[in-house]
Amino acid sequence: MLVVGVIIAGVMIGPAGPEWWRIPLELLDRLPFVSIDSGISKIDWNIVIQIRAPRVVLAALVGSMLSLAGASYQGVFRNPLVDPYLLGVAAGSGLGATIIFALGRASTSTWMINPLPLAAFSGGLIAVFSTYMLGTAFGKNRSSTTLVLAGIAVTSLFTAIQTFVLQRNNDVVRQVYSWILGRLSSATWGDVRLVLPYIVISGGVLLSHRRLLDVMRVGDDEALALGINVRRVRLIVVVAATMGTAAAVAVSGLIGFVGIIVPHTVRLLAGASYRLVLPLSVLLGAVFLVAADIPSRVLSNPAETPIGVITAFFGAPFFLILLRSREASR
Amino acid sequence: MTTIGFCDLTISYDGKNAVDSFNDILFSGEWLCLIGPNGAGKSSVLRATAGLVPYIGSVAIDQTEIPNTSARWRAQHIAYVPQSPVIPTDMSVYDYVLLGRSPYISYFSTESSHDRDVVSRVLERLDLSRFTDRSLGTLSGGEVQRLVIARALAQEAPVLLLDEPTSALDIGHQQQALELVDGLRREQGLTIISAMHDLTLAGLYADRLVLMHEGHRVAEGTAKQVLRSETLAEFYGVSARVHHEPDGTVVVIPQRSSRL
Repeated sequence: MLVVGVIIAGVMIGPAGPEWWRIPLELLDRLPFVSIDSGISKIDWNIVIQIRAPRVVLAALVGSMLSLAGASYQGVFRNPLVDPYLLGVAAGSGLGATIIFALGRASTSTWMINPLPLAAFSGGLIAVFSTYMLGTAFGKNRSSTTLVLAGIAVTSLFTAIQTFVLQRNNDVVRQVYSWILGRLSSATWGDVRLVLPYIVISGGVLLSHRRLLDVMRVGDDEALALGINVRRVRLIVVVAATMGTAAAVAVSGLIGFVGIIVPHTVRLLAGASYRLVLPLSVLLGAVFLVAADIPSRVLSNPAETPIGVITAFFGAPFFLILLRSREASR
Repeated sequence: MTTIGFCDLTISYDGKNAVDSFNDILFSGEWLCLIGPNGAGKSSVLRATAGLVPYIGSVAIDQTEIPNTSARWRAQHIAYVPQSPVIPTDMSVYDYVLLGRSPYISYFSTESSHDRDVVSRVLERLDLSRFTDRSLGTLSGGEVQRLVIARALAQEAPVLLLDEPTSALDIGHQQQALELVDGLRREQGLTIISAMHDLTLAGLYADRLVLMHEGHRVAEGTAKQVLRSETLAEFYGVSARVHHEPDGTVVVIPQRSSRL
């Protein structure tokens, strides 16, 4: 219900186009046997369908994906503070995308497929595996602290390379910068079509592992003794979560904190079992990002506030509260 | 009917042998207890049997070599109670014991009503039914330890490996847990290997004791044969008196150095 409500609100509110209250009337008008004059012109309706609707759908997809990936990473690494970005997916995807921008869209526009999501995906995958290798090579007991530290190291390295590439290609700085801050603003139905397959596959794989993630909560040794092929499950989940995250990042840029706030809110509301956390994260993630996108459109009207700014604005304090409550419960 | 065979089992960590050429054969329904001071290699033998550490030599369940088996097969045949289990404090008691059914649930499906029946039975048997909905974090150390045993029993495996299963239990619950394990062994012919520090209890329940020291077997036999004060002095460095009850029970009594 909440999902439907927020999506309708998302479609209704925006700087250009018809007044918000006319939209439900127009929708009713489109139902068979109902005729209401909503007073919406053809142009205004096109704004709603071609500009606002894909943006809302994309926000819902990206929000779901980031939340689901965050919850899965947290499960597979048994660390509640891991999110897709801490492990370096974002920096890797960012570097991949930067390289494509630097090569120039012109030289790649004739390619059969759009290389941007592919580059972001490969970059993300390379970064997460570097993190994982580093974390397990030096952390003998695979402590999650080592893993997070490895993620920070890999993120710094990839960001450094990205800065270097940018320095040599000054002309694309603006493009890359706006990409990094997160952009749902220019979403089209094409973007939705582009990420949908990745997100559907990744989401399906992750959701089907929810019971196994619960078993893995007792640690690698015990999960193995309970008949779980821990390495294989971890590999599949990391690949699927990385694929989905990289696809989301490729169309929306870096939208931070979603992967931490949403799963933890779900845990507070519904308990820690991954059987509930994963599906509920999908729903709440969609709601959160669609809702966060609304102020990003109207806050500094007519300019856009990057959505990454909005999520970080809510996310950073939330993160502190979470840390605090964990300390208190210890 | 499940036998376990060890042949020249050697386990090393960083080039140092934790277990050196361990040999043994357990018959179906036998209870073997490994004793020995800390670091003697008891846990390593158990972990190798559960397929958790690489080793040289051979460990076989009914002539099936452990490294040739899948994790699922092992979990259906061997239930392992670790010395210091990882406890997800926000998991419910019921869900925790249900984890023991994992080896019987295929990759994408969920528990059947049979799995749920097994869990309810085990909880009842261990007198844990009243905790069903509580989360693990709200239980005492002893209650948690019984739950870990309950999870292992829910696996319904013919081999049970117990690493210090009763170290956190009071004397009453120690007896209750070991009686339960012993009862199941008699009913269902479970084959059991345990590592225990309480020598009196070890002698009371196990058919056979193996004393380990620095990775080697140094003594083997019944409680009466192994638990002798000179043996204990040599390998534990303990000054203890050994008392024999008329019913055959061997009691180990540590002695205080003479008072001034």
